[in-house]
Amino acid sequence: MNENPAALLPELFLLGAAVVGLLLGAWLPRDRQWLVRLLAAAAALAGLVATAVAAARPDELVFGTSYAVDTPTHATRAIVLVAVLVALALSVDATAGHRRETEFVVLLQLGALGTIVLGGANDLLLLLAAFLLASVPFYALAGWDKSSLGTEAAMKYYLSGAFLGVAMLTGTAILYGVGRATGYGPLREGLAAAPVAAAGVGLVAVLAGLLFKVGGVPGHFWVPDVTDGTPPAVAAIVTTIPKIGGLVALYRLLTVAVPADALDWPLLVAVLAAASMTLGNLAAFFQTTVQRLLAYSTISQVGYLLIAVAVAGRADLAQPALLYYVAGYAVTNLGAFAVVAEFPQARTIEDYRGMARQHPGLAVALAVCLLGLIGTPPTAVFVGKLAVFTAAVDGGFAWLAVLAIVNTVASVFYYLRWIAPTFRGTDSEAAALRPAGTWSAGTAYACAGLAVGLGVAGGVALPLLVGLPIPV
Amino acid sequence: MLSLIVFLPAVVAAVLLLVPATAPRRVFTGAWVGVSAVDLALVVAVWLTPGSGFRFEERVAWMPTVGISYHVGVDGISLPLVALTAVLFAGCAVFALRETRRVKSYVALFLALQTVSLGLFVALDLILFFLFFDLSIVFMYFLIAGWGHGERARAAALKFFLYTFLGSLALLLGFIVLYLAAEPHTFDIVELVAADPLAGGGPAAALALLAIGIGLAVKTPTVPFHTWLPPAHTEAPATGSAILAGILLKMGTYGFLRIAMPILPDTWRQYAVVAVVVGVVSVLYGALVALAQSDVKRMIAYTSVNHMGYVVLGVGAAGILAGSDEQARQLATTGAVTQMVAHGLITGALFLLTGVLYDRGRTYDMAAYSGLAARTPLFAGVFAVAAFASLGLPGFAGFIAEFQIFTGALASAPVATALAVLGILVTAALFLRALQRVFLGPERLPDAPGTPRPFADLHPSETVAIVPLLALATVIGVLPRFLLDVIEPASRALVELVAR
Repeated sequence: MNENPAALLPELFLLGAAVVGLLLGAWLPRDRQWLVRLLAAAAALAGLVATAVAAARPDELVFGTSYAVDTPTHATRAIVLVAVLVALALSVDATAGHRRETEFVVLLQLGALGTIVLGGANDLLLLLAAFLLASVPFYALAGWDKSSLGTEAAMKYYLSGAFLGVAMLTGTAILYGVGRATGYGPLREGLAAAPVAAAGVGLVAVLAGLLFKVGGVPGHFWVPDVTDGTPPAVAAIVTTIPKIGGLVALYRLLTVAVPADALDWPLLVAVLAAASMTLGNLAAFFQTTVQRLLAYSTISQVGYLLIAVAVAGRADLAQPALLYYVAGYAVTNLGAFAVVAEFPQARTIEDYRGMARQHPGLAVALAVCLLGLIGTPPTAVFVGKLAVFTAAVDGGFAWLAVLAIVNTVASVFYYLRWIAPTFRGTDSEAAALRPAGTWSAGTAYACAGLAVGLGVAGGVALPLLVGLPIPV
Repeated sequence: MLSLIVFLPAVVAAVLLLVPATAPRRVFTGAWVGVSAVDLALVVAVWLTPGSGFRFEERVAWMPTVGISYHVGVDGISLPLVALTAVLFAGCAVFALRETRRVKSYVALFLALQTVSLGLFVALDLILFFLFFDLSIVFMYFLIAGWGHGERARAAALKFFLYTFLGSLALLLGFIVLYLAAEPHTFDIVELVAADPLAGGGPAAALALLAIGIGLAVKTPTVPFHTWLPPAHTEAPATGSAILAGILLKMGTYGFLRIAMPILPDTWRQYAVVAVVVGVVSVLYGALVALAQSDVKRMIAYTSVNHMGYVVLGVGAAGILAGSDEQARQLATTGAVTQMVAHGLITGALFLLTGVLYDRGRTYDMAAYSGLAARTPLFAGVFAVAAFASLGLPGFAGFIAEFQIFTGALASAPVATALAVLGILVTAALFLRALQRVFLGPERLPDAPGTPRPFADLHPSETVAIVPLLALATVIGVLPRFLLDVIEPASRALVELVAR
């Protein structure tokens, strides 16, 4: 039994900073709460260092076989921690000096901790616990600003989460019942001999919870309302961070615990991927508010990401494609939300008309991020899509690659609906484009730069992501 | 050397972005003219360096995990197009000296477009090719949407983006199939040509060629994928149209020569007749629809469909072994490359001339003008020369090109070639009619709102931009050896690859 807590250093840093930050915030005056944010940033940086150190060591299973410390976990940690840093910077303008600033930071950290554990969980019970840890703080975060829309969003988020969480709990119980284990390794053996119908029902129920986490069809109902009803900083967090761990959890569960010859999960995931990208795109077409547009865009992006899960284990590129795409998606999506956070008064696409005149740099950053989400080279999402499409064709899902290509073209339409007015001139000062501050703008520039830089540096990043999860 | 040529404009564009937009516009246009001249000089230096096969190759590993490298090089097929790009951008730079609207972003966009155009023609890696292919769409979109004519320009730009982006993704799908078929997996064009990964044919090969063919056919564009072209051209600014027709359309046909033919030789031979048919249909359809236009810019746009049809006919004929010898196929290939250069120069000049017309009269409608020859003799003369060059009169580059294509294609596709020759007749008719309507007869000028200036003749900067393009087209028409000596060894090598 390896119960060495040092194997969980990044997670412990997050937890420690959250607990200390909460206590600290309770005693600090309102204008000093930035110390909590600083502590969180320091913890995230320390976590990144610990991740780098851990990545150099051989893979291992810790705490029995419940938690895997391997390449997917390292990648999850690194991406989540970078996303946390970006989210901390992005939210300064909206939350600094707010009387619930500490709560914002702590909830972000706890949710991030949950999503990392989701990525590393190698046991159904731990997966369930991580699901709750990744969900509950984000319910609270959705209602953080106590506006009527935010409260409604939190309510909807909570209700769908509770419903699908119960489904996940039921699924876990069924899988345990028919597979006679909760650890992924023994579960694989158990499921190979289990009745197919019961195992299938159990698996679908567990997938329901994870699909809620990543915001994929059919667990996507909360996404538009939460994204549109919350402040941009919160929307950025809930549409980005849970996806990272959720997708890795899906990947790990399906490849490690479920034998594909007993249950045809690749086809199921392929259909879910197809539904997710198509529905997300179709719904995004004629949205007029930018946050709702981005919400549907994230649903379609999950569809592309699920393709990599569908061919997991059958194409060599599936895992690097998934992890790389997740990383690229995270920075690009956060960059787009950073621009939204910079102009909190600009709700609709029309409000952005003439932005290039007044804020040329931010208009370029927005264009880079949105074109990046389309998958224009040389941005990171392009390399991710290239790898995903290649994996799909290699894994025998060429039709899915074709569908994804058609969807990508369709997505150009609505991203351009936003890009085009920003570069159209009105000489009059656009009233809604009132900058919130320098932090959001700086984050937007950094994310746009990172989206391009990560794409160009794909040659360095991709080889780091090939190590398969243990114990496959 | 090639990297310098490719990225110099982008570097200058990045520097210009740091200059405040309030700086005198001469700073930006002057920088553009300067960098185009330097780039042109570098290309001439490359041209004068002797060598065979791929020259000035540079290769750096980029994403070794997925077989992608930064690999560039030029041979006799790409070098003429690189030179064409340098010349045409230099012409547009001079022409744009009179541009007054948001000059900073305008120049930066053009410099970026120059980088991606040059990069595409020297790319020897499929993903590098795709990168430049896609970025050309993005930059051209902003150009049409930002500097086109009003609200209709945005719709045209959107249509252009969606259509050509669909094409580019079809291309990507084909590239992925090639990548997976090659062992070891690679996106490198030279390695793929050597490996001939889908030599056995079969559904994968057909799918790859179909995807790549559609992708390139949209960009070329051939019938039935041409519908994005007329609105994009009509609504784009003159320089944008010149680059779109002169350079971006070549990316499609160049792709056939660089990728489809040498990497998929068996499949290309199998389906070459499809290219021949599509080419001939484009030739005739483009010419006939152009004949029906009253909008001069739309008319020239449709003649582009017609002219690119000859190129497709040529590359198709190069893939039909039955009934033709190697010399004929080589002639067809050489003619296709020559036609790309000729069309780039001549149509580039024609679009710049329509820009002059619009600048003076604020409309492209031919019916609005009459008798301009008396008022603007220089403009009328230059336009007439361009029109005659475009219709394939001997003595101009277009004639050399079309003659080679017809001679090369006659043996293997006699009916198609005979039909395609009719296209020349129709273009002759439409250009003569256009010249007659606009320049002869009683003088009549449009007096629509927004025509404040007296109808002036060609400005010196416009003359300097346009006349060299036509002069070069004439030189190629009279003394073509300097160009053909470069193309022929490469087309011989290509024909051998296709026949293997």
